[in-house]
Amino acid sequence: MLEVSNLACSRGDHRLFSGLNLALLPGQIMQVQGENGKGKTSLLRTLCGFLLPDEGKITWCGEDVRELRENYFANLLYLGHHNAIKDELSALENLQISSGLSGITLDEKSAVSALRRMGLKGRERLPTKVLSQGQRRRVALARLLVGDAKLWVLDEPLTALDVGAVALIRELMAEHLAKQGMVIYTTHQPLVIEGVEMRRLSLS
Amino acid sequence: MNQLSIFKLLNLVIRRDLLLAMRRRADVLTILVFFVLVVSLFPLGVGPEMDMLRKMAAGVLWVAALLASMLSLGRLFSADYLDGTLEQMMLAPQSLSVLVLGKMIAHWFVSGLPLVLMAPVLGLQFDMSVPALLVLMLSLLLGTPILSMLGAIGAALTLGLRGGGVLLSLLVLPLCIPVLIFGSGAVEAVTSGLSVVSNLSLIGALFVLCLVFTPWVTAQALRISME
Repeated sequence: MLEVSNLACSRGDHRLFSGLNLALLPGQIMQVQGENGKGKTSLLRTLCGFLLPDEGKITWCGEDVRELRENYFANLLYLGHHNAIKDELSALENLQISSGLSGITLDEKSAVSALRRMGLKGRERLPTKVLSQGQRRRVALARLLVGDAKLWVLDEPLTALDVGAVALIRELMAEHLAKQGMVIYTTHQPLVIEGVEMRRLSLS
Repeated sequence: MNQLSIFKLLNLVIRRDLLLAMRRRADVLTILVFFVLVVSLFPLGVGPEMDMLRKMAAGVLWVAALLASMLSLGRLFSADYLDGTLEQMMLAPQSLSVLVLGKMIAHWFVSGLPLVLMAPVLGLQFDMSVPALLVLMLSLLLGTPILSMLGAIGAALTLGLRGGGVLLSLLVLPLCIPVLIFGSGAVEAVTSGLSVVSNLSLIGALFVLCLVFTPWVTAQALRISME
């Protein structure tokens, strides 16, 4: 489980939030809400260890994530504003490399089937520079289908996605939660998963 | 939990960067063409006096190699930084230093090795003797990886800065001076009939020192740049 206590974060001289506490248990999902510039992305990036908090502690299963480091990263799947895909590589190569970096050896067959489920049938071997913005986002999101990370940290996962893809992400989140996974995400679009309590954290 | 062995990750990063370099062949060719052009300009500018050319050959080749390897440094991390891949690399369940080492090795294959292979051909323009050419290749073989490794520190520190390219050269070039001195010194030693061992072993020592420290330093610099 992920626990955050008394977290404070600032960018430059501007204090974004302070005294933030949250706990995320297996099977729980939390949406971080707030207007633009209130620190949603900074919170998620702090959870991933890219930003150092001014104060406070982030623990994973009771241990400080800064001490766990690689052992924490192995449980974490982060998807930021950037898709982290290379224009020159095909969707298939992108997925195989990005999952390889997170320690999962992905054979071609399962990579292709993950991409197909993301609605990219027939596009697997095209260089991603010829794909549309939404399709590129789908390539990035295909990482949700492979691997066994327990904690998903998703920053605006629904950007550029069409209705069908949003429904698919909802389905993937529901499956993940049913497997005792955890999700923390930001979005400005309505997202409701049937039968799951949608917890909310407001930054203001 | 996903365990990722060091060698598997190294292999993955090197293969990935080489694949990307193959898809953007223009970048690799730019470095090589720059190197060839700069070196070839000297005999044209200085004139065909064999004695003078022979004397300056090692220095010219080494300086050109140094400048050529600076060219590609800016792109070492910036492309990955801009498209978010660097964030994912920092979340790999393995030490970031290993990953950085992989990127350094790939960078050397793309920007250092072609220079080493091209140098003897260019050396002929300067009427270098065969032993001198061999020592030149050997010194470049040991020296160019150092340039990639030192350059990576600069590239990581200047990540995301405007005008980072110039700053990068200002940071890295002074650090490369010892490599330049010992590298061209080795070639001069062999042409004047002295032993090359001392110069080459000094470069070798620098190489080992860089191999041990630069991946870690670069990883720390990357973490700072990501904030």
